[in-house]
Amino acid sequence: MLVLASASANLGAARAQMGLSLGWHIVFACLGVGFPALILLAEWRGLHGDVDAMRLARRWAKVAGVLFAVGAVSGTILSFEMGLLWPGLMGTFGSVIGLPFALEGFAFFIEAIFLGIYLYAWDRLSPRVHLASGIPIAVAGVASAFFVVTANSWMNDPQGFTLTGGRVSNVHPFVAILNPATPVQTAHMILAAFMVTGFAVAAVYAVAVLRGRNDRYHRVGLLLPLAVAAALTPAQIVVGDIAAREVADRQPVKLAAMEGIAHAEAGAGEHIGGVFINGSLQYALVIPHALAFLAKGDVNATVPGLDSVPAQDRPEAVTLIHLAFDTMVAIGFLLLGLGAWLLGSWVRRRRPPASRWFLRGAVLAGPLSVVAMECGWITTEVGRQPWIVYQVMRVSAAVNPAPGLYWGLVALVIVYAVLTTVTITVLRRMARTPERIPSERAT
Amino acid sequence: MLANVVLVFLWVGITAYVLLGGADFGAGFWDLLAGSARRGAEQRHRIEESIGPVWEANHVWLIFALVVVWTGFPAVFAAIASTLYIPLTAAALGIIFRGSAFAFRKAESELWLRRIFGAAFALSSVITPFFLGTIAGAIASGRVPLGSASGDVIGSWLNPTSLLGGTLAVEVCAYLAAVYLTADSRRHGEHDLAGAFRVRALAMGVITGVTALAGIAVLHSDAPGLFAGLTGRGLPLIFATSAFGIASLALLALRRYVAVRMTAALAVVAVLWGWGVGQYPDLLVGTATVTSAAAPPDTLVVLVISLAAGSAILVPALVLLYSLFQTAPRTRRGS
Repeated sequence: MLVLASASANLGAARAQMGLSLGWHIVFACLGVGFPALILLAEWRGLHGDVDAMRLARRWAKVAGVLFAVGAVSGTILSFEMGLLWPGLMGTFGSVIGLPFALEGFAFFIEAIFLGIYLYAWDRLSPRVHLASGIPIAVAGVASAFFVVTANSWMNDPQGFTLTGGRVSNVHPFVAILNPATPVQTAHMILAAFMVTGFAVAAVYAVAVLRGRNDRYHRVGLLLPLAVAAALTPAQIVVGDIAAREVADRQPVKLAAMEGIAHAEAGAGEHIGGVFINGSLQYALVIPHALAFLAKGDVNATVPGLDSVPAQDRPEAVTLIHLAFDTMVAIGFLLLGLGAWLLGSWVRRRRPPASRWFLRGAVLAGPLSVVAMECGWITTEVGRQPWIVYQVMRVSAAVNPAPGLYWGLVALVIVYAVLTTVTITVLRRMARTPERIPSERAT
Repeated sequence: MLANVVLVFLWVGITAYVLLGGADFGAGFWDLLAGSARRGAEQRHRIEESIGPVWEANHVWLIFALVVVWTGFPAVFAAIASTLYIPLTAAALGIIFRGSAFAFRKAESELWLRRIFGAAFALSSVITPFFLGTIAGAIASGRVPLGSASGDVIGSWLNPTSLLGGTLAVEVCAYLAAVYLTADSRRHGEHDLAGAFRVRALAMGVITGVTALAGIAVLHSDAPGLFAGLTGRGLPLIFATSAFGIASLALLALRRYVAVRMTAALAVVAVLWGWGVGQYPDLLVGTATVTSAAAPPDTLVVLVISLAAGSAILVPALVLLYSLFQTAPRTRRGS
């Protein structure tokens, strides 16, 4: 009984700790996936005579040195937390979902090894070999994102094992990795990583241009990442649409929470905004039949509601899930609009929009892209509740029953508050020192 | 059979982490003791240059070990992580501080900020191996039973064997770092610095040896099972450790800095494998063996294939990394 009591007290703390660590790390993880390609693009242009691009590559490499270090260590705590918060998950299913983590481990090795080479060997390698030494970082970054997200997609759509009496048998690790949720979820996350990187980096230079540093260096720093992120946005919206239909198919309760559908609706409308009060969505803007068409491809299709399963099998924070999903989608379309503005101006006048409102939009797009990514993460994670492994294991069955677990959360909140402040301070101070290229690399 | 192969991969990973990642922590130990900003500048510069390009790769060995345990022996991972969540959290926070403070210091030029980051880097470099050592002591003395938090969440890591493990871990890290930094300093023509690290290596070698000898008494009373294993099947390896340890001191005295890297590392390897051999086939003493705790065979097959294939990519990449930074730069930096 004592163990059971502390397990229920631990549940909230463990979820908060996991949410904080993951939500914090995921920003750095995105930059770890997206930034190398951006740096290499700039260095490649630099090798073809663009001195400003080369200066940017050098600058970004230094910033990446800090960001990737923080990303590596904040990712490590997650691997500890898998066991110290969720021993029930790892003890039971480690043999099923361990493999993608093992493969991710090798991807980390390649990333870290070539990052060391790339950052520290500018003067030990020829320019072309140096550029080539960065390619494994970019490839391994995408590979590690793929592997880790397959583990999460497995939690949404568990496959490849038989569970009898709390023990798994008949394990097929590749069936687990390549579960039905994997293709869309990995694509959605990897695209998000590139978008976050592109919009976030562009925002820094948009601020500089707005403040009057309107030279070529800052314009390249704005347009190169912005073009990459804007080009991926339409693809992300298409993948997101497929992902939502996948959820409608495989996790109907999560979809009901995302879309704010309390009771099954024939010809369901798209509910935008609103809050759940007494179990039904209030104050939402409704577009009739739109959800039925989007989710099922038929304007009269029936979309199941939250009450299609017993109350104990539904997520609790339905308003949060619904609004997080709406926010993500809304930001996605705002970013699409920004990209369309850039494209339109480029097609008509061969130059980016001159308007200061475009620059202001680019500044906002940085934080907004991070918010959208976090909202997407909240949607999929909170939307899966109360399951840690969908319809197989409850989060409450996985949590560590050890007494005093919540002190870890307290420690982590303090540490992450300090770390966030210091990281931002260091990056801002780095931004104030101008980048020079050593003379022999100038050409 | 396959479970044993996975266990060997795991132990090789842990060995690599101790020899490489451990030395990076040890470098932080010497950073802590390097003295005032002016007096310690040379030492700190050498430490920063030596570990800068490699610490992140060395750190991945820890993640490698974790994922191999949780894939190959999931119940063991769950038992260790849930019972030992306190030292694990402490080590994790230490890891966060160490890595980020090191990166921040490198990016920063203002002295007072460099001091703060340096202190955070150095302190966490001592705290982290200490807590990892207490975890090793907890497992080795049989205080972590199978199950979710089935062991004593305090007593499991706050006991004589764990404290011995923590102390030895800090000392071993510092010893390895001093040995490696001696050769690194000489290669960069910093002979005074090489001499200083040589003295530190000699001192830390003696201290580690004395701790280990005193530890025999601790284990005899606190962890009789481990004591029996080390003095039984593990005995040849314990003798090997002593031989390599003494040889290392002699080589340091003779200024054979490259050879001593090898013998110092072998001394540490022999201790680790002595523990492993002594405890085999138990992973958690009395409650889980390598066969009883192993993942289902399908997982083990795929895991072993993945580990073998991954190693085929990993080993050449590691060789490239270390060989690149063990040679002189091609050109000098512009600034």
